[in-house]
Amino acid sequence: MLSPSPPPSSPEPRTALPRATRQALPRAVPRALSRRLLGGRPWRAALYLLTSVPLGVATLVALLLLAVVGSALTVLVIGVPLLLTLVLAGIPLAALERRRLRLIDPAPLLDPHREPPEPGLASWLRTRLQERCTWRELAYALLFAFVLWPLEALAVGSVLLVCGGLIGTPVMMAAGGDGEARVLKLWLADSWPEAFAVLLAGVVLLPLLTWPLGVVARGRAVLTRALLAPPDSALDSRIAELDRSRTRLVDAFEAERRRIERDLHDGAQQRLVALSMTLGLARLERPAEPLGGLLDRAHEEASVALVEIRELIHGIHPHILTDRGLEAAVEDLADRSPVPVEVLLAVPGRLPQAVETAVYFAVSEALTNVAKHSGASRVTVTGVTVRHSLSVEVEDDGRGGARLGGTADGGRSGSGTADGGRGGTGLQGVADRLSVLGGTLLLSSPPGGPTVFRLEVPCPPADSRT
Amino acid sequence: MLRVVLAEDSVLLREGLVGLLERFGHRVLAAVGTAEELTAAALEHRPDIVVTDVRMPPGFSDEGLRAAVTLRGKLPGLPVLVLSQYVQRTYAEDLLDASDGTGVGYLLKERIGHVEEFADALRRVAEGATVVDPEVVRQLIRRRRDPLARLTAREVEVLALMAEGRSNASVAEALRVSEGTVSKHFGSILTKLDLDVSDATNRRVLAVLAFLRG
Repeated sequence: MLSPSPPPSSPEPRTALPRATRQALPRAVPRALSRRLLGGRPWRAALYLLTSVPLGVATLVALLLLAVVGSALTVLVIGVPLLLTLVLAGIPLAALERRRLRLIDPAPLLDPHREPPEPGLASWLRTRLQERCTWRELAYALLFAFVLWPLEALAVGSVLLVCGGLIGTPVMMAAGGDGEARVLKLWLADSWPEAFAVLLAGVVLLPLLTWPLGVVARGRAVLTRALLAPPDSALDSRIAELDRSRTRLVDAFEAERRRIERDLHDGAQQRLVALSMTLGLARLERPAEPLGGLLDRAHEEASVALVEIRELIHGIHPHILTDRGLEAAVEDLADRSPVPVEVLLAVPGRLPQAVETAVYFAVSEALTNVAKHSGASRVTVTGVTVRHSLSVEVEDDGRGGARLGGTADGGRSGSGTADGGRGGTGLQGVADRLSVLGGTLLLSSPPGGPTVFRLEVPCPPADSRT
Repeated sequence: MLRVVLAEDSVLLREGLVGLLERFGHRVLAAVGTAEELTAAALEHRPDIVVTDVRMPPGFSDEGLRAAVTLRGKLPGLPVLVLSQYVQRTYAEDLLDASDGTGVGYLLKERIGHVEEFADALRRVAEGATVVDPEVVRQLIRRRRDPLARLTAREVEVLALMAEGRSNASVAEALRVSEGTVSKHFGSILTKLDLDVSDATNRRVLAVLAFLRG
């Protein structure tokens, strides 16, 4: 509101702009016209409609075959999967149609299907059969096979037939050998000039007829878009895409953490150890003062640096999590906690890496908060996996009052190494991170305690590492 | 003089360690960079002691530690000193569980810098002692706070030094007290922790560690 008034020079460009447009206009118009006539668009429309025809025929044949053979074999049970395939036939067709649509419609159509929650055919089938878009795609397949492609064939066919008939007149005349040709079965051309005039008419007509062809193709594109990505599912798929990109971001973030951890470990840490070793050896030579004293100090400083870098690396990404999995890593957290922690985790085998990491940092954050703010004397970490869902509970006997996005006393909990320096995001950061994996964080912390920090994450079984 | 097989993937550190070991009059039979080479070299040379890093190629996970544990199975009684960048109870436990726990050591890499301490630990492990890094012991003590709450600060200090496999004399020297004071402290520790009094250094350490591990 209190921003300074625009600089006095601003009116100048305002008058300059229309002048530039006026100058550009006469040149732009013919360019646009020629682009419209000779550019790729009519040909893309024709290609779109032309490819529709064989695809439609193939769809029709496939649907009929599946239906007939499937129903006939239903008595023999093997027909059932065939009928199931019929129901799902819309999915690959729709995927192909979404790609084909790009020929004439630059805005991409997103895949409305969800990722199945776990790998395997059964899970995939269950997901697909429950989705509305699967059935809409089947409807599209039926409409395409029985109605759309004959219409498109008619449109493209008539244009090709008319223009082809006209343009081909001289050839027909030469081939007929009797000096005459029937033009489109309507009239007889019986002289070469006449034949070439008809040819010329055909050449002129061709670009003109691409216009209705374009209209047909556009109508067809609108219909495809409406059926394969109705407005609500467009929003869904937008959300799905956002979800995916968020997951990608978290993954990239995690990969970067690991890279930094590796670099520090393989680089700085090893060099510091070597330095400390050299200093240690130098001290063995018992040099005279003041060199001896300086060496002692340098050695001590190197030692302190080593401890610091060890803790730093551990905070960035604890190696034990990669090596031994969640149980061992949480045990390690418990070892480090200043408040006594009892760990009761029953997590069979290894979990997906993303889950292990998110849960580890969640528990780490919870324990850091307990140590910093709760005044608790005991903490219990319990965790079980039930039906592909991991739930972990951190309960303390402290004074309570913790809440998401901060802690009771307003202290931000992101300063410790335990949360890997996600700077002040605290529990909210944990909740965000879990939600990327479809997990939830519940916090119950009435004043006076006890505080219960409970998280649940879906976790499809990962291949167990031993 | 000890005949040593050394495994460390960082060339810088490997060369440094070779120099250090030679400085103390030991002979390095082989200095290798992968866990596989370590196993092969140890089986070939039958050294007096194996010194290995935990994190080794190809997976840069705990290959070195696994190789050490496997070697202990193949060559019973082979002294093994594992160097780690991490304070990790789990790793130390793996090593102690690999056999009767004698002649094993788990030290933080930063201990190498204290070259005399390191050389001492190396010698003791080769002689069959159990050496666990004081940091790991500290962690264990912190964890098992309740049963250890009865110990005085000085007793915890004594316990940590003993878990390193030191003798009473060595603990006394480190704490600048008399040897008698140390054995008095230790007697009191054993009483408070309900452990049998025994004079074998390793059994002493193992008993303490077993108790700490719960």
